[in-house]
Amino acid sequence: MSDNVQITINGKTASVTPLTVVATALACEGVTRFRRSVTGEPRTPLCGMGVCFECRVTINGQPNSRSCQVLCEDGMEIVTDE
Amino acid sequence: MNEKLLEFDIAIVGAGPASIAAACAASENGKTVVMLETSPWFGGQLWRSEFPRAKTRQAIKWFTHLSETSAKAFLNTTVIDAPAENTLLAETSDGNLRVKYDKLILATGTREIFLPFPGWTLPNVYGAGAMQALAKADWPVEGKRIAVAGSGPLLFAVAANLRIRGATIVLTAEQTDLMSFLKFGMKLPLLAPSKILQAIKYQSRLIGVTYKTSCWPVEAYGSEQLESVMFTNGKRNWKVDCDYLACAFGLTANLELPRLLGCKINHDAVFVDDFQQTSLKGVYCAGELTGIGGIDSALTEGQIAGLAAAGKMKQAKKLRRTRRRYNKFEKAMAKGFALRRELLKLADDETIICRCEDVTAGQLREFDDWKSAKLQTRCGMGPCQGRICGCAVKEMFGWENLSIRPPVYPAKMKNLE
Repeated sequence: MSDNVQITINGKTASVTPLTVVATALACEGVTRFRRSVTGEPRTPLCGMGVCFECRVTINGQPNSRSCQVLCEDGMEIVTDE
Repeated sequence: MNEKLLEFDIAIVGAGPASIAAACAASENGKTVVMLETSPWFGGQLWRSEFPRAKTRQAIKWFTHLSETSAKAFLNTTVIDAPAENTLLAETSDGNLRVKYDKLILATGTREIFLPFPGWTLPNVYGAGAMQALAKADWPVEGKRIAVAGSGPLLFAVAANLRIRGATIVLTAEQTDLMSFLKFGMKLPLLAPSKILQAIKYQSRLIGVTYKTSCWPVEAYGSEQLESVMFTNGKRNWKVDCDYLACAFGLTANLELPRLLGCKINHDAVFVDDFQQTSLKGVYCAGELTGIGGIDSALTEGQIAGLAAAGKMKQAKKLRRTRRRYNKFEKAMAKGFALRRELLKLADDETIICRCEDVTAGQLREFDDWKSAKLQTRCGMGPCQGRICGCAVKEMFGWENLSIRPPVYPAKMKNLE
């Protein structure tokens, strides 16, 4: 088993196994607000397969990244609820 | 703009079972093959947890087979346009790929059908296949109370897999009626005998779990996230407490790319001939794009498409009989799990239909067609480009979005010409 990778979620450090999907990492850390909708509602992923864009977060400064389609990498910075 | 030009005999869009089968068949017959896949893994939705190391017999067989061919694959690569004859444009994290091809095979798979009901936008309401896909990606389901709802044989697989992962299935609610369900079941021995073993396997894992036909969710409740769901059987309503709801009303093909190219489409499926060729010469479709039929159908169609695109018509012909059987299975499934009309009336005026732009059913009811609704409310104009609300709007209002314009997936400005 290779070493865990370190990521930060909203400034807080988390340690996850390699190849963890970002969305999963967020759920495991208890995030229930992936993004905020245009009217301010909290949203979590709906389709789980990259179609619905509900799981959008900011990854390494790149806004609107689909967290269900990205794998965690060491040093990755994730910001949610935007 | 950073752009790389690639040339192959055969380009395949997707890397699920149908694409893998097509890639194997085509490259074994001497063709240069490239696969373009939007996600970071091979295997599509069904085999996504088999990557990078396959565990089940069928996946091991096909993954090994593919690795022994010369087929090239680009993951994290999203096809966004077909800008010229025999040319695809795909976006990667590192600029664009311009792929020139002689033959094209599309196997972009399927997505779930969502029919909005009050509360469906709450956190922890997921699709059914979505919950499955997320669980395969190690989403925390252990110890969670999960209600599984919607329609189709997929619900069994979802409930069984979630239970194995330590979830408590509080209810499995199938909207179709018992008679249609049984009629479908009786066709299995003839059309898809392999599914019977699968069904028995799932059933054995679901002992003690309530499975109800003629049952569907009418409302989801919760302040910050899901807390409970109201179910109905058409006569009586009752509330079920749960942490997650996994709910979808069947599957619908991802037709954006075939539509952009101009392939003929019949009843939500791409029209293909006996060799999986579409109405466009040299363009083939395989898997769920030609009718929702599952893995065996996808693998057979993928092989036929790969062989036909490589000019091996005789070999392709040999698989046609198997394919016809699967086509009958597809039809039996569509009939057995046809959606009941009540589902189209679940949304009240405040229910959001377009989740990207938060457009409600009440707002949409003021319009006669999608074009005017779109212009006035922005329904379907968010990043999912109507992929989610499109189905709902079609079922609820009968409006269909037939105009597809590039990019067929949202792309970065700098990557657009």
